[in-house]
Amino acid sequence: MSVLVRNNVRVSGRYDAQPMVFAHGFGCDQHMWRFVTPAFEDTHRIVVFDHVGAGESDLEAYSRERYGTLQGYADDVLQIYRELELTNSIFVGHSVSAMIGILAAISDPDRFAKLILVGPSPRYIDDDEYMGGFTHQDIEALLDSLDSNYFGWSQAIAPVIMGNEDRPELASELSNSFCRTDPEIAKHFAAVTFLSDNRDDLHRLKTPTLVLQCAEDTIAPRAVGEYVHGQIPDSELIFMNATGHCPNLSAPAETIAAIRAFL
Amino acid sequence: MPRDTTTGRELDTPYAALLEDSAEDLYEHAPCGYLSTLPDGTIIKVNETLLAWTGHRREDLISRLRLQDLLSAGDRMLYETHIAPLLQMQSEVQVAVDLRRTDGSQLPALINTVLKRNDAGEPVLIRTTVVDATDRRVYERELLRARHVAEASEARARALAQTLQESFIPPAPPEIPGLDVAATYRPAGQGDEVGGDFYDVFETGRGEWVIVLGDVCGKGVEAAKVTALARYTIRTAAMQTRQPSAVVTTLNQALLNQHIDRFLTVVYARVQRNPRGECSVTIASAGHPLPLRATPDGRVETIGRPGTLLGVVAAPELHDTVIELAPADVVVFHTDGVTEARREQEFFGDVRLRRLLVSYRDENAANIAGRIVDEALDFQSGIPRDDIAVVVLKVPEGNA
Repeated sequence: MSVLVRNNVRVSGRYDAQPMVFAHGFGCDQHMWRFVTPAFEDTHRIVVFDHVGAGESDLEAYSRERYGTLQGYADDVLQIYRELELTNSIFVGHSVSAMIGILAAISDPDRFAKLILVGPSPRYIDDDEYMGGFTHQDIEALLDSLDSNYFGWSQAIAPVIMGNEDRPELASELSNSFCRTDPEIAKHFAAVTFLSDNRDDLHRLKTPTLVLQCAEDTIAPRAVGEYVHGQIPDSELIFMNATGHCPNLSAPAETIAAIRAFL
Repeated sequence: MPRDTTTGRELDTPYAALLEDSAEDLYEHAPCGYLSTLPDGTIIKVNETLLAWTGHRREDLISRLRLQDLLSAGDRMLYETHIAPLLQMQSEVQVAVDLRRTDGSQLPALINTVLKRNDAGEPVLIRTTVVDATDRRVYERELLRARHVAEASEARARALAQTLQESFIPPAPPEIPGLDVAATYRPAGQGDEVGGDFYDVFETGRGEWVIVLGDVCGKGVEAAKVTALARYTIRTAAMQTRQPSAVVTTLNQALLNQHIDRFLTVVYARVQRNPRGECSVTIASAGHPLPLRATPDGRVETIGRPGTLLGVVAAPELHDTVIELAPADVVVFHTDGVTEARREQEFFGDVRLRRLLVSYRDENAANIAGRIVDEALDFQSGIPRDDIAVVVLKVPEGNA
């Protein structure tokens, strides 16, 4: 299967312009970018996609082995890059996709002109001096929370979601579709995301990078944003007025302005 | 006369005296908790019901805490990664969370959250109702636990099936000195069931070898029992008699003696290599698809003669056929999982298998066996409906 189908890749904007690739984080899918991408369609070639396991990606392609580390997701990003022949790109990664973008840019630096990291964290769990903001128990608790909430998933409609069904209206009847996935995949992605430790990768990144840090972001606290900025040699840090972890949704105008200023 | 609090009209129902609630009383003492928060979660209004349920004082919440601060650790993460973004994208979210009480205990709740936007479409307010779901969540957790137990037992059953299945084939790839022999085996389905195909390759101790391949009718534990019986009966009988039809007859007798009402088909081949390096094969088939021989000149033919399947009659009609193999000859033993692989109404069939053999006869035994199984799998989109077992014997070139 083509990686474009596997990752539900959508391309818009100006075909001949510099590519901007937007990668969603843990929780939802490419719709996370829907208030942001239109602002760049006149000037850039826009690429959005769903990580395997999320949104309308091919769930059959999910393997616990390949996606047992963030490198598996970074390899997918690079496959999309090769398939679309993307070079000189702007990669915008939200949440865990910030680290995925860093890993991809380290593997194949020539394809990346700039990185924009929205709410990045190289490690979520506290470790001696380092304050990631979470404990192992917190992550266990998140897995329990995911067990109690299926966000529109049900085994009965799984074939519909996977797209080999001739009644698409069944899928759209369910709410929470933007966060919908197989609960087992959601839990595995959560564990891989929140137990990852990519602190040692940061200094290996040579690509010019912008870090967007929100106020009162419990997932990626201010100190973590400062740490990321401190470790990436060629980086800028912007503190946003937006609160929470998803400024791309809660404060799209501020997010767009910050990205534009960096381009 | 009491009045309807919203319309101001007088009520004249017999229950009017009971409906004295003011809008404020309805809000404060509703049978659910109410919260109003700013888009960032900051609490700006809360009702008495929720205060009573959680133990919080109003003054400790208003403008001081956010909705997410009332949640347990896991749910706080869920709020940031799922609830908040969903609220922005679809304006309404229903979710099961635990609220933290001031005494440290947790209130299992179902919350329904709605985002209110102004005329310009900007988010201005979030309204949340909280329903005490203590009993409901206990019940759900029971269901969840039951599911985990079911999953664990399914995993055990799968492991059991796999272990059992592995006992139907030799633990190591088959080897016959001086000959190229290989086998491939693929159980039906997704690996959670025990199938009925088996094969074995072993030495009988007189410089002679046996290749046997069979198929017990059906699947599951009952079929597995017969498969196990067949394998050890054949091994034992092969040590007592050389004649393939006699070995197979012994197996038939064992099936009948044990009152097993399952059919079994088997092809049994005794392989001998003489001192000159030539190879002769004596074959008996009991209801089993006959092996195919491919020769270097491009011919493919069945070898052996059809016989009666086992487990039915006391005296099955069986024949021993002796075949002399020449260098580069290939013999393929297979179960009907290959030829009867189905794509809609179409079978993989004998013709496809023969064509495959012509194409790949120059490859080694392992590649030929692998090709056959791959093509049969591809034909049925990767998930076989029946077990597939293939053993390939090839006489090396320049061997004679």
